[in-house]
Amino acid sequence: MSDVSSELETWISNYCSLYGHDYFVEVSQEFIEDDFNLTGLSSIVPFYREALDMILDFEPETSIAVSDMALVQHSAELLFGLIHQRFILTKMGLQMMASKFEQKVFGVCPRYLCDGMHLLPVGTQDVPGLETVRLFCPCCADIYLPNSSRYLNIDGAFFGTTFPGMFMDKYPEVVNQAKLRGKQQFQLKLFGFKVNESSQVGPRMKWLRQVPKNEQERRDYEECAYAIKND
Amino acid sequence: MEDDQYTSDSGSELSEYWIDTFLGIKGHEYFCDIDIEYITDKFNLTGLNEQVERISQVIDYIIDETDVSQLTDELREIYDSNARVLYGLVHARFILTPRGLQRMMEKYKKADFGYCARVHCQLQHLLPVGLSDICGVCSVKLYCPRCEDLYNPKSSRHAMIDGAFFGTSFPAMFFQQYPHLQPSHPTERYVPKMFGFKIHEYAKLARWQEQQRRSLQKRLADRGLETINTANGYVYPEDDDDEGDEEMEEQS
Repeated sequence: MSDVSSELETWISNYCSLYGHDYFVEVSQEFIEDDFNLTGLSSIVPFYREALDMILDFEPETSIAVSDMALVQHSAELLFGLIHQRFILTKMGLQMMASKFEQKVFGVCPRYLCDGMHLLPVGTQDVPGLETVRLFCPCCADIYLPNSSRYLNIDGAFFGTTFPGMFMDKYPEVVNQAKLRGKQQFQLKLFGFKVNESSQVGPRMKWLRQVPKNEQERRDYEECAYAIKND
Repeated sequence: MEDDQYTSDSGSELSEYWIDTFLGIKGHEYFCDIDIEYITDKFNLTGLNEQVERISQVIDYIIDETDVSQLTDELREIYDSNARVLYGLVHARFILTPRGLQRMMEKYKKADFGYCARVHCQLQHLLPVGLSDICGVCSVKLYCPRCEDLYNPKSSRHAMIDGAFFGTSFPAMFFQQYPHLQPSHPTERYVPKMFGFKIHEYAKLARWQEQQRRSLQKRLADRGLETINTANGYVYPEDDDDEGDEEMEEQS
């Protein structure tokens, strides 16, 4: 950390404060400086060395050609995202994400019956460049598109597939909070009457939000522990 | 702000129709144009006089038969707010008629009510619905015909509109009228994973829910209703057929 440049802000805090980057937390310098945490990333990210220097605000050992500058900048963003994916699974990262979760930075679940449950960012893939970030609701255990289009160019791999699971494991009160919201279901009605399931236009998706309610259902549920019971 | 826009318009230019101004207000995109004949037919307004005061003057006001210059500002404001409520309540009835359904269908096709935010619904167009037919109980919600669930409108402007202005029956009536517009339902669903392993608790519930779906499909098949890749049926993912229970799961 000898070469802190004349800028007041570090690259990381600048990157995280950019418009639409509010889902990111500032990965700690120590985490990045530990090579063990970066295992395998050098083969994914082009201009790895230069990108790492840029993130850590080190002066590059060999000066970067002007034509490569944009590429290095892009690599730095990619590298930071991939480190971010790992960092948010650590104790410190989870804590930082928890305070964002508390402040509703990731928004609330659009589903009416989830009653404004706070969301968590998730990727559907761990490999970058495949899909953008999605939001996970601990209440309905479903994933949603971000409310604003400004998040639609953020790679889902920068949050990873594991994060919500890890988060709920670390903070079981979130799961309890989700359970307290009840497991009500919406039922479409016509002049107060339900539409029968054997109608051509009858309900077909009740199962999606269903939870076992009576004795028989609970027994079936227990039998589904490892495989679906075929009758 | 919206009120200012309205009053200045109707005050100065009589050429502007009240309904057009009302529909033009920001946040009123969910409403459709009601035929004048429908509003003036007293039969369609049965019972609404209990909810709206001075109903006949308000109707005249809506269809621009009132000489606005004769009204005091105070009176005009009362008429205006009553007119909005009346228009909304008539709207809830109108959109259940064939003409109203037709108009709403055009709006649905243009996605005027927005898209479902659920990832597996793949930007399904939504329909507005109320949770109560009584005014002032609950704001408008959006119904996704693909996952058959209820969502909050994205914009706070729409979240302020009364749900009674669309009514509880509208989406069901819509699909009674246009059964071919009923989308098919994806069977794919999200199960949270850690390091590639499905989390047991969620996977277990997902398996049970799939069992429920299969038994529904079986019941429907017994009654001669085909549900695989039909309208209002299910779409199976192409590659794996969801039997992937060989996958190891982590007990969390």
